[in-house]
Amino acid sequence: MKAGANLYVGGGIILLIAVLAIFAPLIAPYDPVTSANLMYAEEPPGAQFWLGTDEQGRDIFSRMVYGARISLFIGLAVQVMNTAIGVSLGLSAGYIGGWWDEMVQGLTNLMLSIPTIVFALALMAILGPGLLSLLIALGMTDWAYSCRISRAQVLTQKSLNYVQSARTMGFGPLHVMFRELLPNIAGPLIVVATMGVGSAIMAEASLSFLGLGVVPPNPSWGGMLSSAREQLMVAPWVAIFPGLALFAAVLGFNLLGDGLRDLLDPHGKGRK
Amino acid sequence: MIPEAEPLLSVQGLKVHYPVRHGWRGKPLAVKAVDGVDLTLHTGQCLGLVGESGCGKSSIAQALLGLVPATEGVIRLDGHEITGTAKVPAMALARSAQMVFQDPMSSLNPRQTIREILSGPLRLHGMTDRAEREARVAEMLSLVGMAPEVASRYPHEFSGGQRQRLCIARALILRPKLVICDEPVSALDVSIRAQIINLLLELKDRLGIALLLISHDLGVVEHMSDRIAVMYLGRIVEEGGWREIFTAPAHPYTRALISAIPDPMHRDRAPARLGGEIPSPLSPPEGCAFHPRCPLAMPRCHSGGGPEFTRISADHRARCHLLQTGNPHV
Repeated sequence: MKAGANLYVGGGIILLIAVLAIFAPLIAPYDPVTSANLMYAEEPPGAQFWLGTDEQGRDIFSRMVYGARISLFIGLAVQVMNTAIGVSLGLSAGYIGGWWDEMVQGLTNLMLSIPTIVFALALMAILGPGLLSLLIALGMTDWAYSCRISRAQVLTQKSLNYVQSARTMGFGPLHVMFRELLPNIAGPLIVVATMGVGSAIMAEASLSFLGLGVVPPNPSWGGMLSSAREQLMVAPWVAIFPGLALFAAVLGFNLLGDGLRDLLDPHGKGRK
Repeated sequence: MIPEAEPLLSVQGLKVHYPVRHGWRGKPLAVKAVDGVDLTLHTGQCLGLVGESGCGKSSIAQALLGLVPATEGVIRLDGHEITGTAKVPAMALARSAQMVFQDPMSSLNPRQTIREILSGPLRLHGMTDRAEREARVAEMLSLVGMAPEVASRYPHEFSGGQRQRLCIARALILRPKLVICDEPVSALDVSIRAQIINLLLELKDRLGIALLLISHDLGVVEHMSDRIAVMYLGRIVEEGGWREIFTAPAHPYTRALISAIPDPMHRDRAPARLGGEIPSPLSPPEGCAFHPRCPLAMPRCHSGGGPEFTRISADHRARCHLLQTGNPHV
C-alpha cells in the first residue's frame, strides 16, 4: 500500500533524526563547539572523522547531530506557534463570521502576499539573531495556511446540526469551537502542520545561512552550510552532509504529512 | 377545549428578518423569513407547523431556541419572555426548550461517544455528580428504547432510526417543557417513521411535554398534532384544531396541501396540484402572497397588504379574501 509506505518512510526518517537529536551527547563522538583543532582542519571523511571536519577542524558528524536538535526544536516549536495562531484565527473567523471574518481574511491575504522568509528576515533584523528571535520571527509569520484551512473546514461543519444542537444546549462559542468543531476538523490540520514543520526547518536553515539565525559557533544545519560555502571546491563534504540532513528532514516531514493525509482523509479510503 | 391557563408558549407578532447585502456597499435588503406570526401552545399538546420549504418554519424554531434574534415580536415561554430586554439567559432557555433535528446523521458529533453527547449538557447545567449523570443518561436511553450499554459507543455505529432515538434522548436530557421537532422523520426510512412518531407521542403523554412539530408532510402532522398552523411565505395562513383543518380546510393553500397527501384508498383521485414555486421572501408578491399560485384568485387578491385573519369558528381562522366575502366553502 502506497499510503502506508509514505507514512512509514517519513515516520522512520523523523524517528531517526529525533533519536539523533535526543541522544546527541551519547552519539556524537566529539564536542560540537570546543573540539576545534586547526591541525585537523578540512579532513576528508574517514575512520577518525566519519563525515570529515570543517575549516576549524570540528567533527562534521558531531555538529550535525547537535544541529538536529536545533532544527527539530525550531521546526516543531515554530509549527506549534503557527498552528495555534492559524487555527485560533481561522476557527473563530469561520464560526463567528462578520467583521471579524473579514478582518482575519484580510490579514491572511496580507501574510500570504509577503514571502514568509522576507517577513521573517525583517523581524530578525529588528529582534537581532538568537534562538528566541528565531522562534518569534518564524512562529508568527507562517500561519496563513492553517488559518485558511481551518476556516474553510469550519464553514462546511458549522451548519451541521450537531453544532446547532450544542448551541441549543447552552454551550458557549469557545466550547463549540474547540470541543465540538476542532476534533472534527483536526485531520486536515494535522496534515498541514506536519508539512509545515518541514518548511519551518527550511526557513530556520535559510535564516541561519544568512547569519540571522542561530549564533555561531553553536551548530545548526543552515549555519554549517553558510560557513561551508567558502570551501565548496576544496572540501565539499563540509556542505554536502548538512545539506543532505536538511533534505532528509524536510522530505521526512512531507512524506509523513502525505501518509497522514491518506490515513486521516475519509474520502481517500476507497483509493488503492 | 382550550385550557384557560397561561399557555406554555405564546408567540405574538414574531418577525425574523435576515439582512442581506449584495457586494460590499450594496443596498441592505431584508429577507422576511418570518413576518408577523402568532402561535400558542399548551403543555401536553402537539402543534403542527406546516408549510413548504422556505416558508419560514425553521426560522421560527431557531428564534424560539434563541439561535437567531427575533427582529420584532414577543415570545413567552414558560412564563418568561425570551425576546426583548428581559431576555432569559441561554442556559435557562436550554432547560425550557430543546430541539430534534431533521437529519440524525449530522446531529450527533461524530467524535463524541453517546455518553459524552448526553452527559456534557448535564455537566454544563450544574450536575457535578458523575453517578447522577450516569443515572440520568441511562434513564433517558431506556426512555427512548435504547439499552444503557450503548453509551460508550460512537454515533456511526447506529442506524438512522437509532440515531434519531438518541437525538430525542439528548433533547429530553435537560427535562425541557417544549421540544421542537424539525421534520423529525423525513430523513428516515418509511418503515422506521411510525416507530419514531409513536415514540414522540408516547413521550409527550408520559412526560407531559409540549411538541412543536415542524413538517411539510401533512400525513405526519395529521397523525401527531392536536392543532395545526399552516404557513406560507413567512405568515400563518390558516390555524385551527385538528378536526377543523382536516375536515373543513378554509384556505385554498391548506386544501391543496391536504389533497396532496397520498391516499392509498383512492389512487385514482387526482390531487389539486399547485403550480409554481414559493416566491422569494426577498420580494414577496403584492397583495395576498399566495395569489400567483391560487386557483381561486380574484382581482382584489392582487393588491393591498394581503387579507387579515377571518374567524371561522372559535378555534379556527384563516387569511383569505374569499372568507371575507362570506363564502367560506367555494
